Amino acid sequence: MSSENGKRLLETDAGGLNFEATELTLGLPGEPRVTSDGGAKLGSKRGFSETVDLKLGDNNREVKLGHSLQEAAKSPVSKTQVVGWPPVRGFAKRGKKSCKYVKVAVDGAPYLRKVDLEIYNSYQQLLTSLEDMFSCFTIRNYLNEKKIEQVNGIEYMPTYEDKDGDWMLVGDVPWQMFVESCKRLRLMKSSEAVGLGLTTGPKYSSTN
Amino acid sequence: MPKRLASSLSDEVLEHVFSFIQSEKDRNVVSAVCKSWYEIERWCRRKIFVGNCYAVSPEMVIRRFPQVRSIELKGKPHFADFNLVPDGWGGYVLPWITEMAGAYPWLDEIRLKRMVVTDESLELIAKSFKDFKVLVLASCEGFSTDGLAAIAASCKNLRELDLRESEVDDSSVHWLSHFPETYTSMVSLNISCLGSGEVSFSALERLVSRCPNLRSLKLNRAVPLDKTANILRLAPQLVEFSACTYSAELRSDVFSNLAGAFSNCKELRSLSGFWDVVPDYLPAIYSVCSRLTSLNLSYATILSPDLIKLVSHCPSLQRLLVLDYIEDSGLEALASNCKDLQELRVFPSDPFDAEPNASLTEQGLVAVSLGCPKLQSVLYFCRRMSNAALVTIAQNRPNLNRFRLCIIEPNTADYLTGEPFDVGFGAIVEHCKDLIRLSLSGLLTDCVFEYIGKYAKKLEMLSVAFAGDSDLGLHHVLSGCESLRKLEIRDCPFGDKALLTNAAKLETMQSLWMSSCSVSFEACKLLSQKMPRLNVEVIDERGPPDSRPENCTVDKLYIYRSVAGPRFDMPPFVWTKDEDLALRLSP
Repeated sequence: MSSENGKRLLETDAGGLNFEATELTLGLPGEPRVTSDGGAKLGSKRGFSETVDLKLGDNNREVKLGHSLQEAAKSPVSKTQVVGWPPVRGFAKRGKKSCKYVKVAVDGAPYLRKVDLEIYNSYQQLLTSLEDMFSCFTIRNYLNEKKIEQVNGIEYMPTYEDKDGDWMLVGDVPWQMFVESCKRLRLMKSSEAVGLGLTTGPKYSSTN
Repeated sequence: MPKRLASSLSDEVLEHVFSFIQSEKDRNVVSAVCKSWYEIERWCRRKIFVGNCYAVSPEMVIRRFPQVRSIELKGKPHFADFNLVPDGWGGYVLPWITEMAGAYPWLDEIRLKRMVVTDESLELIAKSFKDFKVLVLASCEGFSTDGLAAIAASCKNLRELDLRESEVDDSSVHWLSHFPETYTSMVSLNISCLGSGEVSFSALERLVSRCPNLRSLKLNRAVPLDKTANILRLAPQLVEFSACTYSAELRSDVFSNLAGAFSNCKELRSLSGFWDVVPDYLPAIYSVCSRLTSLNLSYATILSPDLIKLVSHCPSLQRLLVLDYIEDSGLEALASNCKDLQELRVFPSDPFDAEPNASLTEQGLVAVSLGCPKLQSVLYFCRRMSNAALVTIAQNRPNLNRFRLCIIEPNTADYLTGEPFDVGFGAIVEHCKDLIRLSLSGLLTDCVFEYIGKYAKKLEMLSVAFAGDSDLGLHHVLSGCESLRKLEIRDCPFGDKALLTNAAKLETMQSLWMSSCSVSFEACKLLSQKMPRLNVEVIDERGPPDSRPENCTVDKLYIYRSVAGPRFDMPPFVWTKDEDLALRLSP
């Protein structure tokens, strides 16, 4: 079957919908589906030369990612930002001594997520990842007091329940201690958090 | 008056004949012969398999099959294993248990996969089914050790309790102690997923010592080495065993106790576990190695030289699960030692690191495909591949029926030629005519899908990620793969055209999953209207798909055929056509 025939088949059976409008836009979940300026659209059909840059004959081969994935690679978080890839099962973290799955609840959202704290190395990575997961919300970043660009004007404070059942602000203790003691996370509406007396504790400023 | 053929044999005779027909598929064919065979068959069907719990309702199953003894249900789609299905999506077993509690008092087997099981469901099982024998909860969640305690306390004839890869909350109750002292029927116990606080050793030892029929025992990683030896000595008749934590330094007394315990186990054929194993202890299992047919080392962080030593002791191996620490050299050793090998799974020890930390390449897989004539099932994670290797594998192993390759970095090309892997996977589908499951990876154009549509006539399940150029790719698969039941796609440029053109095909399949593709909400609504026997679920946590611009694509799409109509337990982030809004759960 030639590609030509295939294409024609698709067009005649299209049903009259405006397919121009549904141009493909590859992007990570939560990303706005707009084109980046000055160049190829995010995720548009990739010419082969754009995608691969092999150094043939070189044993330490590096394969450059296509445009859409280069965006992901630029982020400070490890590759795990692409949710669910590679497809290894979460519970059975093979080759690792432990994995620390905690549930993440967001005030006002009826669903929970799970994150594995072991895959992050710092609060910054964790918070960035949470922002991606719940991209409708902003997370108040206590580490450097910088507010991430607001989407719907609601601020959330990251809090967690520790081994003793107390609710603490994320960022108060050294990272490793946090990973060990955290039982679950809750992104609490800032207004509520103030009411509960979770004030800005001693700012965590030293390095991990 | 001509006698109807069907009445030439009495119902009792037919029922007796049908009792020899076990396979679901055959049973379905039998029931389609004529009305009287349909009637006879439905009364004597004892075993039901429901691949998608939302494809049919429990009431419908009970109405047709009134005397079922064994049921298997699957809930969430496969990609839920990789966190692509948000929590709260669905897959609740309670409605099924509730209906069956009344209708099937003699139900004795329940097998569930990827379902949400609550303590309430477990308690209902415990009190409703008097002769309950088998409970398998694979990749399930939502229950705690409280529910397990109810099962232990009430199910006097329980033979099998298997919690493989489930998530169990620790309610701190010593549930194992709830098996009464008079309970002796355990045949298979798998509690490998439980955390450290959830198993009491003394209760476990007492249980094992009073169950003479115990054949399969899979413990969790908290059971220390000396306890392992004790338990093995209590159950030398074991066929399957999952071992546990090995201590840091080699102690000769512990070692000899363990080696002695293993040498008693003449029936042992399958070993797994091996968390934190220290290579110095491995020789303790050498006495059983020659008889081993299945070995799961996928939790063992031992390196190639020790792995080579181990597999060279296992000539009868049929199934091996291992980390990429085995390296190409280890796989070459496997290929020369294990001529009965049927299934190989190689997992990445560090999947999120761009750099390989073990010397495992396509060469290892080529070696196994050349050396193991019975190889049928492959799951292989690696960081580089070539079309030449894939063609070699295809030509050498036309008997492959499951081939899942994961080249870890998306869009990786053939490292020798820089080409996409169209030709390589094309060779796989062309030569392996019995292929029923295929997972693709690496750089792929629409061409590979043309090959798949043309050759993969027996393919039932296809997984695709970061592949293809246009709707044509999806169209090739949907129009060509005659046996396709499950299709799962992520991050591919497939959209409305292919979907709407092949709408009718979707009703011949169990399900289609598409996430991060290019399907519009308009197309979903259109498809839903066109195909009333499909449930078209848009899973989108960003808010109502209607509220975004027309050309915005949906986040995730799950389409499945159903005779039960739209489901009643949809969470707020699942969107269907407008008429279903009334069925939504209130937030």
